[in-house]
Amino acid sequence: MPRTFVLPDLGEGLVEAEIVRVLVKEGETIAEDAPLLEVETDKAQVEIPSPMAGRIEKVHVAPHQTVRVGEVLVTFADGGAPGTADRAAPAAESRRPQASPPAPPPSAPSSSERQGPVPATPSTRRLARELGVDLRSVRGSGSGGRVLDDDVRAAAGRPAGRDGAAEAAPAAPREGPAKPLARVGLEPPPLPSFEQWGPVERQPLSHLRRTIAERMALSAALVPHVTHFDRADITDLDALIRRNLESARERGVTLTLTSFLLKATALALREHPIFNASLDAEAGELIVKRYHHLGVAVATERGLIVPVIRDVDKKPLIELARELAALAQRVREGKATLDDLRGGSFTITNLGALGGTGAMPIINYPEVAILGVARAREEAVVRDGQIVARLMLPLSLTFDHRVGDGADGARFATDIVRRLERPDQLLLEL
Amino acid sequence: MVMGDLGRDVDVVVVGGGPGGYSAAFRCAELGLETAIVDAQARLGGACLYEGCIPSKALLHVAGLIGEVERARELGVDFGEPRVSLDPLRKWKSERVIGKLSRGLAAVAKSKGVEVVGGRAVFESSRQVRVEGDEAQTLRFAHAVVATGSRPAPLPGIAVEGDRVMDSTAALALPDVPERLLVVGGGYIGLELGQVYAALGSRVVLIEMLDGLLPGVDRDLVQPLARRCQKLFAEIRLGTRLTGLRAAGGAVEASYGDATATFDRVLVAVGRRAATDGLGLERTRAQADARGVIAIDERGRTADPHLYAVGDVTGEPMLAHRAMRQGKVAAEAIAGRAAAFDNVAIPAVVFTDPEVAWCGLTESEAERAGRAVKVARFSWAASGRAATLGRADGLTKLIADADSGRVVGVGIVGPGAGELIAEGALAVEAALTVEDVAATIHAHPTLSETLMEAAETLLT
Repeated sequence: MPRTFVLPDLGEGLVEAEIVRVLVKEGETIAEDAPLLEVETDKAQVEIPSPMAGRIEKVHVAPHQTVRVGEVLVTFADGGAPGTADRAAPAAESRRPQASPPAPPPSAPSSSERQGPVPATPSTRRLARELGVDLRSVRGSGSGGRVLDDDVRAAAGRPAGRDGAAEAAPAAPREGPAKPLARVGLEPPPLPSFEQWGPVERQPLSHLRRTIAERMALSAALVPHVTHFDRADITDLDALIRRNLESARERGVTLTLTSFLLKATALALREHPIFNASLDAEAGELIVKRYHHLGVAVATERGLIVPVIRDVDKKPLIELARELAALAQRVREGKATLDDLRGGSFTITNLGALGGTGAMPIINYPEVAILGVARAREEAVVRDGQIVARLMLPLSLTFDHRVGDGADGARFATDIVRRLERPDQLLLEL
Repeated sequence: MVMGDLGRDVDVVVVGGGPGGYSAAFRCAELGLETAIVDAQARLGGACLYEGCIPSKALLHVAGLIGEVERARELGVDFGEPRVSLDPLRKWKSERVIGKLSRGLAAVAKSKGVEVVGGRAVFESSRQVRVEGDEAQTLRFAHAVVATGSRPAPLPGIAVEGDRVMDSTAALALPDVPERLLVVGGGYIGLELGQVYAALGSRVVLIEMLDGLLPGVDRDLVQPLARRCQKLFAEIRLGTRLTGLRAAGGAVEASYGDATATFDRVLVAVGRRAATDGLGLERTRAQADARGVIAIDERGRTADPHLYAVGDVTGEPMLAHRAMRQGKVAAEAIAGRAAAFDNVAIPAVVFTDPEVAWCGLTESEAERAGRAVKVARFSWAASGRAATLGRADGLTKLIADADSGRVVGVGIVGPGAGELIAEGALAVEAALTVEDVAATIHAHPTLSETLMEAAETLLT
């Protein structure tokens, strides 16, 4: 019997992935754990290893195709036996009515607990679509596990995609080419026909672009954003970095401003825990995280990706710098694992390398705050009545006004600035 | 573009007037969208009404009557030998059945304000379609629904001059009752039409390439039908391929397997193909594969944001009731509603004697998927109603999820199976449990009780 291999449950509520590359050919014999396919999910580009050794009888997917968890990726021949696959429809097959969509293929040995469609009446499914609830993420309270209207309404009141909650799946679009974005809030009015003014071209969004678009729209629509601006005098910090650049390099590490930013922010977060939290609007509770995993926005050719460094408050600076460099490289090469990209509790986005004087970042929902950093410039500032040239770093702290007020944001920003301006004290805190 | 033809603007153009097309158009109109249907024949109903579901069922009704007359003899009532007159039969089929339904659809279109435009539609862009016909015109639209359906698939590489070799459309026109008829294909079309011609008096030989009739259907459901066909047909050859056809005088010589035989007519029923050629889809962003099947998402939208597609052009299962639901979903999606074709159960019915019907998961699909299910079989030998009908050969089976007890599939064989499957479809679609079905009162004595009885055997 030929054996099929389906897209396994990728965790994190991910329900689909886009095929980036197929690394095997039909007829090829491969070893167990040999790379089979490269797929891109909402979170990362990952390689899927072969679950078994054998000859690839058929590859069912092609690059750029979106596949859902449980869909067949490849079929393995078994011991060269022709098996039942030969019976698969010759060209002039009899027209036969089919009872229903094809049965779900056997699930991979994973945590996938549900097979087949979600049990719910058609009217309940319609309600879920209207409320933007992914039925797969809803636990059914009806008999036989049927999802009821009330279950859907309860799920709709709760923000989707809560960090770490296995049930929280992103409202993912379905298969098919050039899919529409999941709608958030207002219905956009129809676009005018631009062709009347000149030639246009329609470009389908990539999987990652779509994900970013949906996440940003969700955050912007859901969260009342407020941005607080400040500047840090990093003249001393810059000098300290320059002094230690060489000795760090000898230990194989490039010391960067970002690693100090990470450290200063994580330490300030310990004193301002409301910014290291998520809001459970349904429960009316603030979920304060007792870990400080900081995401760093990285621009890649494919789009924005946010890898996460864990326990930033507890790690020595030199290790932060080393980890950051390795992580950024993995992300740019598309080799980041899902674990590299999840579990963040706060995000830093540093656009300094690209210039600019400041930006108002959008919160990486369901986090509640994000720190934007622009390019440090030498400026004329007044110190003790004297005009002196100092290296000034513009900071913009965007936070969720539901969890904190302007004063909270100002105090938090001040504590970050203070640490950046007094690197000697920052080192003492390590 | 014709000189002086400035084109017209409508909200929605539906291309094709079959069940998928008119369902989409009617729903669009109900939702306040100005809608036009372009149909090559300038009529509503499509293959279903004129050369598919409806005429075949009309003829099967007659075949069933003839079968009943034969059975009546065993019950002590003899009507004598039936004499068939083709002219009145054809007239009844085309005027009283098809004509009446066709006029009914036209009246509905009128009452809903849907315009039916006659002509062949060719897309000029994602926003414009040219209608080629007596009066060529151009329609500009915000959205279009492609519903051009399917045609009988030809046998590759086998062609014979003349009208002796028929597809299902030709066979339904009932040109005559051939003395010897070869049916190529043991799917539902071949079986239904084979039974019609056998009842009317043809000596029917049926060949099927695969090793069973109705490939893909659970064998225990097929068995009673296979037994009946063995009685009705002169011969059934499974695992047999047609290798050649040759005109021989007024007849056709056919080679299949190790046999060569002469037939007065040959019916080729080897499937249907999506009809998307010549539509100009290449001037839109919609994408059709090598078989002409258009890719859509769950709302029915193609890769072109202005184009939707419903029905047979979107591939298997090519069933009118699937197309109708798809049409309504596409219309609602166009109107901005949160619609999706997420149906779990698409019932399939073979209108033979006995009828075979199923929906949801079949037992063999569940097995292949390694899904844990419980299967209940209730033989009609234990049904009072079946006994009074003299039809104890039926079977009702129910497939339930082993853990939750939810009904995930239903299969029925026996007279009336096509009507009975409706309850099965409702149970599967609404995710009812076997307890829900078992605890619902079913009228006695009816065949519908067999569903309740099957459900009861799974209660713990």
